[in-house]
Amino acid sequence: MVKEKTKIISPKGLWDQRVVKEVRRNASLYVLVAIPILFLIVFSYAPMYGVQIAFKDYRPSRGIWESEWVGLRYFRQFLETPNFWKILWNTISLNLYGLLTFPLGIIFALLVNYLPLRRFVKTVQMVSYAPNFISTVVMVSMILQFFDARTGLFNAFTGLFGMEAVNYMGRPSAFAHIYVWSGVWQGLGYGSIIYISALANVSPELHEAAIVDGATIMKRIWHIDLPSLLPTISILLILRCGSMLATGFEKILLMQNPMNLSVSEVIDTYVYKQSLAAALPQYSYSAAVGLFLAVINLCIIILVNYITKWLTKNSLW
Amino acid sequence: MHRKNKLTRYNWADRVFLTVDFIVLFIFFLLIAYPLLFIISASFDSANSTLSASLIPRQFSLEGYRAVFEYEYIWIGYRNSLIYTVLYVVISLTVTICCAYPLSRDDFKGRGIIMVMCLITMYFSGGLIPSYLIINSIGLNNTLWAVVLPGALSVYNMIVIRTYFRTQIPSELFESAQLDGCGNIYYLLRIVLPLSVPILAVIALFNAVGMWNSYFSSMIYLQDRNKFPLQLILREILITNTLDPTTLIGNEGLLGTLMERKNLMKYSVIVVASLPVMIAYPFVQKYFVKGIMIGAIKG
Repeated sequence: MVKEKTKIISPKGLWDQRVVKEVRRNASLYVLVAIPILFLIVFSYAPMYGVQIAFKDYRPSRGIWESEWVGLRYFRQFLETPNFWKILWNTISLNLYGLLTFPLGIIFALLVNYLPLRRFVKTVQMVSYAPNFISTVVMVSMILQFFDARTGLFNAFTGLFGMEAVNYMGRPSAFAHIYVWSGVWQGLGYGSIIYISALANVSPELHEAAIVDGATIMKRIWHIDLPSLLPTISILLILRCGSMLATGFEKILLMQNPMNLSVSEVIDTYVYKQSLAAALPQYSYSAAVGLFLAVINLCIIILVNYITKWLTKNSLW
Repeated sequence: MHRKNKLTRYNWADRVFLTVDFIVLFIFFLLIAYPLLFIISASFDSANSTLSASLIPRQFSLEGYRAVFEYEYIWIGYRNSLIYTVLYVVISLTVTICCAYPLSRDDFKGRGIIMVMCLITMYFSGGLIPSYLIINSIGLNNTLWAVVLPGALSVYNMIVIRTYFRTQIPSELFESAQLDGCGNIYYLLRIVLPLSVPILAVIALFNAVGMWNSYFSSMIYLQDRNKFPLQLILREILITNTLDPTTLIGNEGLLGTLMERKNLMKYSVIVVASLPVMIAYPFVQKYFVKGIMIGAIKG
């Protein structure tokens, strides 16, 4: 963003004339930009202004602006909900578990990068991108079918080793594993593209010199590839952490059933159920819960950005 | 991408590494490909409601596909999804270009403040409930506009396009166009956009896949089943197990009960729903890869 210094220097009358001249000269640009600004105002800024219902007792008959202020009542109500700690823990633990699989994309990229069988590698890569284009609904229905006790592929497979068929979707202890590893199955190949191309940009001279010095592949990975990948890794890690508690909501919602609800209820699904899916929607309460999550998220991204900046000198800002 | 593969002599440690590397990638390949192939095979199998891990259908039949074709809402959903996807791609590209082009021009005063306005929305948002209330209050509820409009302006895509305009299109072109008396709009339509087809294609593809695969906003905003996109119909069939019984009238004898019918279609409906994306996939694959790279440059 370039600072505009000219306004301050010129006298006021002249400045007005300049505005008129500029608007006339670039009139079409202002008309163009008015459309996206309208979108921003209606779909981004109006909802931001509407966040105030979290501090109000929203009544549909009164509308957002006319409703009564109630301060932090709904935040307190959420903190006092018997399920509060359960829901918070589910949200955090599912996402932390997901975060643990973050290095797999890097490992996959390194494996792809070193294997000399190029045609085989290309096939693996191409197949590995495909699941990324499967929709959430189809992905979850595949999960439901594969882990079905009576007809599921997974049970058919474990049956070959003499294991008994299990209804995995009804087991609370299996939920986190199924959720996280199905995510890996779907996103690993596609997520590694960025690392693979970063690896392709590593200067070949470094590798040649290392080979001359007798470095093994493991040593080259450790001393050449990983340091070169560090900026990419830190940025992706910050971005991942920034949306951390908000990811996977649409998938979790579809994977929920009465048997796994004790481990699968997260803040976002709770918000949805208290408001849009409820017979008596509690809009203010749900908005407060949503805002609570957004604030935690913002704190996490600031914290992670600070830490990575301190450790690696890479940051978003 | 092309690293020179000189026949370097590998020592024993490297050989162990590469062997493990090959085995891991091969297992990974099977883990991805097997379930995908299994779905295709099971969709042709009328005995798919029994336990099996085999890739060869035990009772080859097209009954599953017949059940899909006879379920009217799948076709309504298909049509709706196509309409929403095309509309969304057109609208989102238009809005995004309208934002990116003025912001790419150095002589456009006020671009700083507009850019800040855009960037703020990347870090803050009103959240689900306020957005829902606003969209309802402006009367978009139960219309396709509630699905198509809210996500149309992606600031991230806008920045990618703007960067492309700034870096890939020589500014001399604008100067000479101006000398020829060519205005901004004409310059944008006749010179900038034709030169930006690669990036616009990538973003259109990303948006199309995103819209085709989305279900949540349709689920909360649409009540009329005739407006449901395919993903919502799939959700009914595959996840919440609610088939519309009225479509079965007259067919009970042919395909049995609701449950049998559901079992019959569960794999074929996945194939039918994923077909458009999967057919396009090999052709657009390289664009997606390119798209990720362009995004990464200005992340």
